[in-house]
Amino acid sequence: MKGNGNTVISVRDLVVGFGETLVLDHLSLDVRAGEIMGVVGGSGAGKSVLLRTIIGLLPKRHGTIEVLGVDFDEADDAKRRALERRWGVLFQQGALFSSLTVLQNVQFPMRENLKLSQRLMDEMALAKLEMVGLTAADAEKFPAELSGGMTKRAALARALALDPEIVFLDEPTSGLDPISAGDFDALIKTLQRTLGLTVFMVTHDLESLYTVCDRVAALADGRIVAVGPMSTMLECTHPWVQTYFQGKRGGMLTKRVSPIETEAP
Amino acid sequence: MASDGSLLTTRFEDGRLELAGSGSWTAAHAAELESLVDRVSPDAKRAKNVSIDMGGVREFDTFGAWLLERLTRQWTALGGKAKIVGLPEHDRHLLEEMSAVNREAAPARPRTGAIISALASVGRGVTGVGRDLLTFANMFGAIGVAAVRVMSRPKDFRFTSAVHQLDRVCWQAVPIILLITFLIGGIIAQQGIFHFRKFGAELYAVDLVGILILREIGVLIVAIMVAGRSGSSYTAELGSMMMREEIDALRTMGFDPVEVLILPRVLVLLIAMPVLTFIGCMAALFGGGLVALLYGGMSPEIFISRLEEAISLTHFKVGMVKAPFMGLVIGVVACAEGLLVKGSAESLGLQTTASVVKSIFLVIVLDGLFAIFFASIGM
Repeated sequence: MKGNGNTVISVRDLVVGFGETLVLDHLSLDVRAGEIMGVVGGSGAGKSVLLRTIIGLLPKRHGTIEVLGVDFDEADDAKRRALERRWGVLFQQGALFSSLTVLQNVQFPMRENLKLSQRLMDEMALAKLEMVGLTAADAEKFPAELSGGMTKRAALARALALDPEIVFLDEPTSGLDPISAGDFDALIKTLQRTLGLTVFMVTHDLESLYTVCDRVAALADGRIVAVGPMSTMLECTHPWVQTYFQGKRGGMLTKRVSPIETEAP
Repeated sequence: MASDGSLLTTRFEDGRLELAGSGSWTAAHAAELESLVDRVSPDAKRAKNVSIDMGGVREFDTFGAWLLERLTRQWTALGGKAKIVGLPEHDRHLLEEMSAVNREAAPARPRTGAIISALASVGRGVTGVGRDLLTFANMFGAIGVAAVRVMSRPKDFRFTSAVHQLDRVCWQAVPIILLITFLIGGIIAQQGIFHFRKFGAELYAVDLVGILILREIGVLIVAIMVAGRSGSSYTAELGSMMMREEIDALRTMGFDPVEVLILPRVLVLLIAMPVLTFIGCMAALFGGGLVALLYGGMSPEIFISRLEEAISLTHFKVGMVKAPFMGLVIGVVACAEGLLVKGSAESLGLQTTASVVKSIFLVIVLDGLFAIFFASIGM
């Protein structure tokens, strides 16, 4: 079940729009098992819309989405719920339940989905919190008492509560300082390796794209204009992708990408 | 689904405990697995050597890894030795990860007895009342200061905002106020006629309706409606502005939130309350008259001439004088509660509830104080 190159998320011909505007226009994308897929795109290009459509929060106009071999449209309620249990979602603002403590937040999916003893739930929730770098002292805090980085970590622990096979991350490093963002990237990489996760990550952070993503998909004009490892991105001729990766900030990274298969383009 | 026996099998031979795991050691089977693991623990005390063969385990996640870790940790604590064999490479990484967690005991939650916590909540309630009064006095003072400041430079008054609020609080409230007071007037008239009829004193029902509505009920009903309708929305608005740091943003830009947000809102209530009270009283009298006609068979001429004898301008004034004060109380409470909202959605709900409950309570207390005052000056 780990890293064997099977497709776990398959999006075909997806159209999503609001009123007159078409946000995603016949978009297709595959995510393979065990990889970290980064999705980039300008502000308002529809990255978050794509993520929210895949997890079923937004309606689509056309196309099919298959996650772990299940088509959301054809699945009945029980099947959907079973599927939703197999993925975890980290929302941009964390979306921790503000009336519950951090520990209770992490235990929430366990309590609702599994019949576990309180002792095991406490131990597992603390284990998850420690895995994402929080301490037992943080567990009793309420979300309002956490800093931005801690909120993201706690939300990640909740997303991982049921040992999902896929984790969706919506801008996991936005709003974090470069050091915390770097730590968070490392954390995602470690977790992906130990837990054998597939990660679908929407991000703006060039640094994360460079350090953690196995493959990157660039979203522009409502479709995926390029997909592949970073070296593909740098060779891509699409104007937006070029500006993004070769621009002032992106350019700093090009030097660091291991010598691009030294053939002349 | 793996059955009971297939997750963990036990064999005990001359001081050697051999366990064999199989099936899915995952979250879905964690409950079952935990009871199995707990069941073998006593055996382990007698065993010198324990070996766990994980070769048959098909799926392994953090739940399974933690339970395995917990088992080995227990034995290690008892001085035994546990050997794990047959675990694939990547699952071994996971187990190593789990062996690092839960090393420190979770801080014990402070527990107190039922009596102590009941006493504590009473104490907290009492100090809370005192703190509330201080908060309201503080808000009242802040509004007063802001009002004086705005008077010295009237151009700074948020006129647009005030007009917008007036539309919401006063104009849009008219239909519901009309309806409620109309019904209340009708009900009072019906009850009056029904009971006075026994003494043949049906005409006095008109006195009852007139005096009660103009002096007390009209203004009270309107105040309660306004507290529930506008007070709650003030608290929720200001509260969500607090949550999204909008009020802090105003402050850092050099604006006084009391002057910008609160003063127009409270001033509008001062205007809206008398207006709505007047409209409400008229609707209630109309309702009373209608019921007197339909239920008591009293012609409108008789009703009006009786009303003229029964009520005087004093009754009307007593009712109307109270209205702006009640508006002030509702505004102060609603805004003060709004600024107490903390980061969570729950606190917004709590504060909005508190705002409505406290302002209705204070409105009724105020009405009582006014009743004493008017009685002693003979109005």
